[in-house]
Amino acid sequence: MKEAGEFFMEGNIACAEGALRVGCGFYAGYPITPASEVMNHLSEELPKAGGRFVQMEDEIASIASIIGASWTGLKSMTATSGPGFSLMQENLGYAVMTETPCVIVNVQRAGPSTGQATKPGTGDVMQARFGSQGDYEIIALSPNSCQEMFDFTVRAFNLAEKYRIPVVLLADAGVGHMRENVSIPEDVETVERRRPEGDEDEYFDTDREDHVPPMPDFGDGEELLVTGSTHLGDGTRDTSSFEAQDRLVRRQVSKIEDNRDEIEDWEEWKIEDADLVVVSYGSMSRPARGAVKKARENGHKVGFFRPKVMWPSPEKRLREIGENSDVLLAELSLRGYRMEVERAVPPENLHIYDRLNSLPTISQVYDKVTEVVK
Amino acid sequence: MIKAKDIKEKYIRSHPSPFCPGCGGGMVLNSMSRAVEESEISKEDIVAVSGIGCAAWIPSPHWRVDTLHTTHGRAIAFGTGVKIGNKDLEVMVVSGDGDCAGIGGNHLLHGARNNIDLNVLMINNGLYAMTGGQVAPTTEHDEKTLTTPYGNPSSSFEAAEIVKAAGAGHVARWTTYHMKELTKEVKKAIDTNGFSFIEVLTQCPTRKGKKEGMNGLEMLQWYKENTSEDKDSDKIFVGTLSEVDRPELTEQIYRQIEEVGGDLK
Repeated sequence: MKEAGEFFMEGNIACAEGALRVGCGFYAGYPITPASEVMNHLSEELPKAGGRFVQMEDEIASIASIIGASWTGLKSMTATSGPGFSLMQENLGYAVMTETPCVIVNVQRAGPSTGQATKPGTGDVMQARFGSQGDYEIIALSPNSCQEMFDFTVRAFNLAEKYRIPVVLLADAGVGHMRENVSIPEDVETVERRRPEGDEDEYFDTDREDHVPPMPDFGDGEELLVTGSTHLGDGTRDTSSFEAQDRLVRRQVSKIEDNRDEIEDWEEWKIEDADLVVVSYGSMSRPARGAVKKARENGHKVGFFRPKVMWPSPEKRLREIGENSDVLLAELSLRGYRMEVERAVPPENLHIYDRLNSLPTISQVYDKVTEVVK
Repeated sequence: MIKAKDIKEKYIRSHPSPFCPGCGGGMVLNSMSRAVEESEISKEDIVAVSGIGCAAWIPSPHWRVDTLHTTHGRAIAFGTGVKIGNKDLEVMVVSGDGDCAGIGGNHLLHGARNNIDLNVLMINNGLYAMTGGQVAPTTEHDEKTLTTPYGNPSSSFEAAEIVKAAGAGHVARWTTYHMKELTKEVKKAIDTNGFSFIEVLTQCPTRKGKKEGMNGLEMLQWYKENTSEDKDSDKIFVGTLSEVDRPELTEQIYRQIEEVGGDLK
């Protein structure tokens, strides 16, 4: 683990350093381009920080073991890319259903399928939200710099612990393999999961406003019943009653929906007077932001909006933007975030700059901006 | 010996049993409970991990210990995280033959290779019972099941032999007819510092017995007559297949943390 200071660092390494700094106690993973550097770095550094590292036989086992380890009280993480993320979907849903805090890093690459392993893409945005079966909400963060690979990894752990939910760090090969300055602070904010207090004896239901029940560890003598089947507040499986399914699934969805204000985060610039707002995220948002700056310098009324939290999506703010200006969605994908933006922006106001395989130059995005700006 | 009433009070949660009349699931639960009672460990230290299927319901929710009822086939992988997360926990994995050797086969191989200190009970009834009795990797060649109406075109494999070859520290096979021996073997598994695998041939009167004209009791009788502790016999071997001393994964990981000066979280 690095001392506090300024470093020239790869994004994936910054992610691993964020995990070390926030107190990750267990990492399990399987090699995959372009995410392997997270694991390579942690294999050396995590044991020195007192954490357990294990390379598993596949990604299914990787996410399974971090869920198991989380129930022993450890902050747990795995990192992967598209093919591995697909394999993890079933157990990601299991983590949602059992309310198990954990962090899943997806350094996205160009898909579908094996696609182009070393090339960036953001085609997994919808998968991160909808990839596992059934009704659920999830949190996904989208870093666009090496600094944010560090900062958002820290935040991912904190959100996971706070809301007892798997949190996806939805990075991409552009930001994972980028190298730039990263500032590592002496201390980072750390959040610990809430333990049972007072007369709380149900760990899978609560009447609290934040909808988050307390979480004990295995070995605490609680005779815990942890199951991916629908269950009652004490964990007892109930595979048939209307009440059990309705109460559990609604509360789990509300955990995110009712805490949106605390979870949502975005960056915006010069939106108030803009005729056109460029919406972009991840590594693509770097040239997109550059293009917006250039357009402003040349007298065009163009603004910039970047969701830092992709899920829950900033749908209210997107709708406001879409009502008041045209929107240009710039993304490294044909279908990444598009349906979500289409949902918020009237079709006559929406323009698309989609790109595959590699980042465009600022000029390339700028040309599109000047083509659509009124 | 502890009375059945006391075992029930201490180890079994009072849920209605999900098992069919004559099922072997409850017998396995009894045997595991007695093994823990006779061992040095306390039930507060046990985490029972299971997957999906009838066998997964043996510990969850019925065993009065910490339980982790997971996804189909992945119990060993979840258990690996629990064990490495806290080495002081005694992890018991209860998994059906389809769960353990079919969909979860890869985790079974690598659990054995890692020789991680899990105690795996593979409850082998020779088919997928919960979903109606489809063919499993443990179904004999030519046997008729729900999805092999003309006989099984494939063949079964010997999971215990495979686990042995993959390097598990302790491998055994018993049946629900052999309750005392099974209890002793589970206790040995708890005492073993490594991957323990016990195949338990278990009767399924509903999906298998009915087809073959046998009730639960008659199936137990069949186990009695068709098994032997003699390795040279033509019958199904029951007993300990293998005991080897190999490095155990959790211990190695904790040793390395200590060696590089890590302050264990």
